[in-house]
Amino acid sequence: METDLNSQDRKDLDKFIKFFALKTVQVIVQARLGEKICTRSSSSPTGSDWFNLAIKDIPEVTHEAKKALAGQLPAVGRSMCVEISLKTSEGDSMELEIWCLEMNEKCDKEIKVSYTVYNRLSLLLKSLLAITRVTPAYRLSRKQGHEFVILYRIYFGEVQLNGLGEGFQTVRVGTVGTPVGTITLSCAYRINLAFMSTRQFERTPPIMGIIIDHFVDRPYPSSSPMHPCNYRTAGEDTGVTYPSVEDSQEVCTTSFSTSPPSQCVFTVTKAHFQTPTPVVTDTLRVPVAGLAFSHQLSSSRLSYQPAALGVGSADLAYPVVFAAGLNATHPHQLMVPGKEGGIALAPNQPTHGAQADQERLALYTPSDGAHCMATPSSSEDTETVSNSSEGRASPHDVLETIFVRKVGAFVNKPINQVTLTSLDIPFAMFAPKNLELEDADPMVNPPESPETESPLQGSLHSDGSSGGSNSNAHDDFVMIDFKPAFSKDDILPMDLGTFYREFQNPPQLSSLSIDIGAQSMAEDLDSLQEKLAVHEKNVREFDAFVETLQ
Amino acid sequence: MNCRSEVLEVSVEGRQVEEAMLAVLHTVLLHRSTGKFHYKKEGTYSIGTVGTQDVDCDFIDFTYVRVSSDELDRALRKVVGEFKDALRNSGGDGLGQMSLEFYQKKKSRWPFSDECIPWEVWTVKVHVVALATEQERQICREKVGEKLCEKIINIVEVMNRHEYLPKMPTQSEVDNVFDTGLRDVQPYLYKISFQITDALGTSVTTTMRRLIKDTLAL
Repeated sequence: METDLNSQDRKDLDKFIKFFALKTVQVIVQARLGEKICTRSSSSPTGSDWFNLAIKDIPEVTHEAKKALAGQLPAVGRSMCVEISLKTSEGDSMELEIWCLEMNEKCDKEIKVSYTVYNRLSLLLKSLLAITRVTPAYRLSRKQGHEFVILYRIYFGEVQLNGLGEGFQTVRVGTVGTPVGTITLSCAYRINLAFMSTRQFERTPPIMGIIIDHFVDRPYPSSSPMHPCNYRTAGEDTGVTYPSVEDSQEVCTTSFSTSPPSQCVFTVTKAHFQTPTPVVTDTLRVPVAGLAFSHQLSSSRLSYQPAALGVGSADLAYPVVFAAGLNATHPHQLMVPGKEGGIALAPNQPTHGAQADQERLALYTPSDGAHCMATPSSSEDTETVSNSSEGRASPHDVLETIFVRKVGAFVNKPINQVTLTSLDIPFAMFAPKNLELEDADPMVNPPESPETESPLQGSLHSDGSSGGSNSNAHDDFVMIDFKPAFSKDDILPMDLGTFYREFQNPPQLSSLSIDIGAQSMAEDLDSLQEKLAVHEKNVREFDAFVETLQ
Repeated sequence: MNCRSEVLEVSVEGRQVEEAMLAVLHTVLLHRSTGKFHYKKEGTYSIGTVGTQDVDCDFIDFTYVRVSSDELDRALRKVVGEFKDALRNSGGDGLGQMSLEFYQKKKSRWPFSDECIPWEVWTVKVHVVALATEQERQICREKVGEKLCEKIINIVEVMNRHEYLPKMPTQSEVDNVFDTGLRDVQPYLYKISFQITDALGTSVTTTMRRLIKDTLAL
């Protein structure tokens, strides 16, 4: 079998595969932290960078990976899988991706382990770096924090793709042939991000306009040891100590030779050395609640609904992301290492510490409020405090709203059936609170210069006013420059506004109007006896009919 | 050995041209760069470390990874900027293309100059569209982001074929294969050129060709 492979080569190959697996996990998890990753190039080899790539080692992640591998290596039928999933503050979770490192039987005996395989593994890691930014889960993970978090789980064995929903797609990152088999790295990712929650119909609409940031202590299922894509700052006492990397890390100091292959010199030395603490700033970013970004569950494949950006107000009532509604924030976010520069934001989340649970929540205690920092100078994920002047960032984020459970515009629903505070619409606070006050409501009688109004105000108007159960009252109002939402200024006589006006108040059902109704009721009662007699005569026909139905 | 050629096409808005081109070029160069070589005795060498960093695009919903080398980034930005200006000034249909060519130098005897033999050429064709409304622009942001995701996957697929790569050179030959002029990384020798084309795909009379080399010598 491997008689062609001498023992030194075999040992080297095993080591390469092992560290490749560990680095793969690091790359994947770091790509889902929600932060931009930046490492420095170094012209002089330090000896600690496997595959000549500067990939930091997060100790917890290494620990998890080693635990999952349990001393084994990926082999046929035994793949290493990293599962990335999303968990909302409601507790609903959804698998997003499965990254698989597999080995098959196709061997490449001719290949040089110490040189070609190593370089190709390095190339594969670079490809992985590129691909991890390209799957839909990346953009999701950049927006995690307040309402959902990204979790990872490493397992070893059979690949389980059931949780990805229908029609998941696969992308192959790459393959590397070795004398013992071909290593394949691929990702299966979900594209159907519709969030099916059975609870969505049971819950009452959440209260809008209030940032809910208390924590609900949720017991996590112990069967699936999910971990938040989380990063521990240096110097925190967690109570759980991971074996520090330096104890078990092996150093790869490779020298390559340009001489003919038979004289290839390859040295691997095992040395213990102090792994420098990953150079990540000590500050942690606490996702700040109340920003419009926090409800983004965005994906490049989801459609979005443009939302009006009003005046930049931090207490916008914003739509609910998941149909299931939003009650509590999820505690484990992506504790992201602090970003460069930026504005210090006050954290308004109490301790995460409550949820230690089975999830090894590494250690973030936001009571270190002092640590909470910042925001990116350039990235778009946090500060979309709906400043429409912000430019590319905020429109992008606010626009990516999905699964909004709105009381739709133009819904003709009596307004007393829907609590106004629970109206799932932007600017709900501006919605007419009281039918009687509609006269004075500026929304109903728009002011002289309607161009300054946002298009949604038109829809709010119709929403509020159409809900009137006394529909006749609207005939008293004269619309001035009524601008319905989404309508263009067209020249046609029958434009949207006219349509609204005409059909806003449908005529009452004749049976419900009192004068006619009363009469017909009396007549109905009288004729009831006759009708019953007729039906009794035809009872056999009815029975036969019912039989055919059964 | 034949030069393999890959062509990618993108349709972008004017302000997205730079970022789209940088994303593609950086992704290719990420795969075609190694750490700095340090030659030691007996013909052995060691390789430095390549760092990477994420770059968010301002006008596209996209993030790409590039090598952590400011010099390389500057060089690319310079040529992409020139391409963007040329596109804008051409006043044509907004069609153009950039070529990233990896080559090897083959020393020739005097008086002949060195030969440059390409072994891989990446061509990115760009079509600039003009959009009227903000809503269209928003959609374009997303769409172009998705398209770029596909392009990255295509690039990775090609890279993964493990086709011809120049042999690792000896110390005396390293400059014929790699660009050793950068401080922190060492890409294969490359040159970037661009053309503004008209709708028929032919070069207009004002074809501009630029050659960029990173080495300070030249």
